[in-house]
Amino acid sequence: MSIRLTVIKELEEVAEEQNVVLPPRSDSLVLLDSGLDSLGFAILVARLEDALGFDPFSAAEEAYFPVTLGDFIRVYEHAAKPAEATA
Amino acid sequence: MPQSPQKPLREYLIGNGAFLRGANASVCLDRLVDGSNLDRPLSELAGRSVLLATRDQLTSALALIELDGIARRIVLCLPDLPDEHLSKVIALAQADALVHGPEGIQKAACEIPLRVACGLDVRKVQTSPLPRQETEWILLTSGTTGAPKLVVHTLASLTAAITTKPDPQQSIVWATFYDIRRYGGLQIFLRAMLGGTSLVLSAADEPMSAHLERLGRHEVTHLTGTPSHWRWALLNPAARAISPRYVRLSGEIADQSILESLHEFYPAAKSGHAYASTEAGVGFEVNDGLEGFPANLVGQHGGRVELKIVNGSLRIRSNGTARCYLGTAERLKDDEGFVDTGDVIELRDGRYYFIGRRGGIINVGGLKVHPEEIEAVINRHPEVRMSLVRGRKNSITGAIVVADVVLREKLDPATQRSVEVRQEILRACREKLPQHKVPAAIRFVPVLDLSSAGKTVRHYA
Repeated sequence: MSIRLTVIKELEEVAEEQNVVLPPRSDSLVLLDSGLDSLGFAILVARLEDALGFDPFSAAEEAYFPVTLGDFIRVYEHAAKPAEATA
Repeated sequence: MPQSPQKPLREYLIGNGAFLRGANASVCLDRLVDGSNLDRPLSELAGRSVLLATRDQLTSALALIELDGIARRIVLCLPDLPDEHLSKVIALAQADALVHGPEGIQKAACEIPLRVACGLDVRKVQTSPLPRQETEWILLTSGTTGAPKLVVHTLASLTAAITTKPDPQQSIVWATFYDIRRYGGLQIFLRAMLGGTSLVLSAADEPMSAHLERLGRHEVTHLTGTPSHWRWALLNPAARAISPRYVRLSGEIADQSILESLHEFYPAAKSGHAYASTEAGVGFEVNDGLEGFPANLVGQHGGRVELKIVNGSLRIRSNGTARCYLGTAERLKDDEGFVDTGDVIELRDGRYYFIGRRGGIINVGGLKVHPEEIEAVINRHPEVRMSLVRGRKNSITGAIVVADVVLREKLDPATQRSVEVRQEILRACREKLPQHKVPAAIRFVPVLDLSSAGKTVRHYA
């Protein structure tokens, strides 16, 4: 599964568990207004670490949490690249 | 240690126009000098054990100022306490009066004979002086069974670490990410009240971006929270809305990475991390920008605070430690008056570092989680033989809760039944536990390590 689809699938699962009704999943969806709180994002980041093998937010380079879903997916896609290159 | 007699909280109001600000309303503290936000005369609450249970922090803050020195006891209730736990709190505290907010009264509190509403409207009142007494402040902290423990403080012990005097030249505005009914938040509320400064309160349902923008609008200068609060705040673009002069961390281990991130983000701000717990009070503050704390703090005598290390964990004795637990024989201090914090520390190159909690307590964004409480819920599922709940490191909340579960009969992970059992366990956890205690992941394992005493082996998180 692509990183994009993995992120969206895990986001939907965490939202459902937290009883959060997500707005339509477009790249412009503003994450911090999505209804998930820091605990929700903590769980999402952990699930994505299990699924993808890395947590881009544990590295100091990420200055901000991404604003939109599109940015969030790009952080993961960007973080995956060096791993792919060395694979 | 010589102590001057403790003034009640209301006498610290200095009429300088300081504000308490909530998410939707603000109240000038000058109005409380001869005003009240209670719907009945304060005299009716004199000498009583008062359960203070409001949804909103601002209404509670106003009531605290009025009740200190008048009530025999104030129990600072946190919102969303389940009825079964609230009933126990009421019984243990022998609460004979309730102060509730405009949202109404929780079912378990309806038994209390005297019920007083408080709101945001501060009216002028004619009062004759009431007899003063030292009020017990009761804070709730989480216990292994999930039922809260009641920790007894007084205004004197709660303010023991606050040495600063009001200084109008400083134009300080305090804020905290904490709820002021928890120890960390209460410290900041009292710092603001004793210093005659304004305080901007947090609100449970407010998104971080709105909160930060509100802090920016009120020109907050001094801001405190847990490392998790700060990590989450710094990931938010609205973190640029504030320019604090002082940032403070407490409630969790402050690691070097968050200390450096804060310094890079707010280079003009002084920063410090404090060690405090509800039972032990404020132990010490570290202001050198480094994680851990200098080894020479341990074993010093004659100061306000004394630290010692027993079996690897930190013990604290000071005039800020709590008096006792209420309604239980459980001891809060050892024979010499030291509180065992349960925090395990390690000496490296002249400095002590925190390495985890004894007993496997998990710290989720500053909230203590006892694994036993969650394991008890999981173990109630008929197909579960045993479980082990542990913390998993997390880049946002410091740790999250995960569970290893041994089933009575092994299930093939590919089967529908395996999925169903996992969902049933999670559903039970969601029904019985607050969200931060619900496992973020459940793993079915064939076996758990057992110690020679037959207990599951807990490793430090």
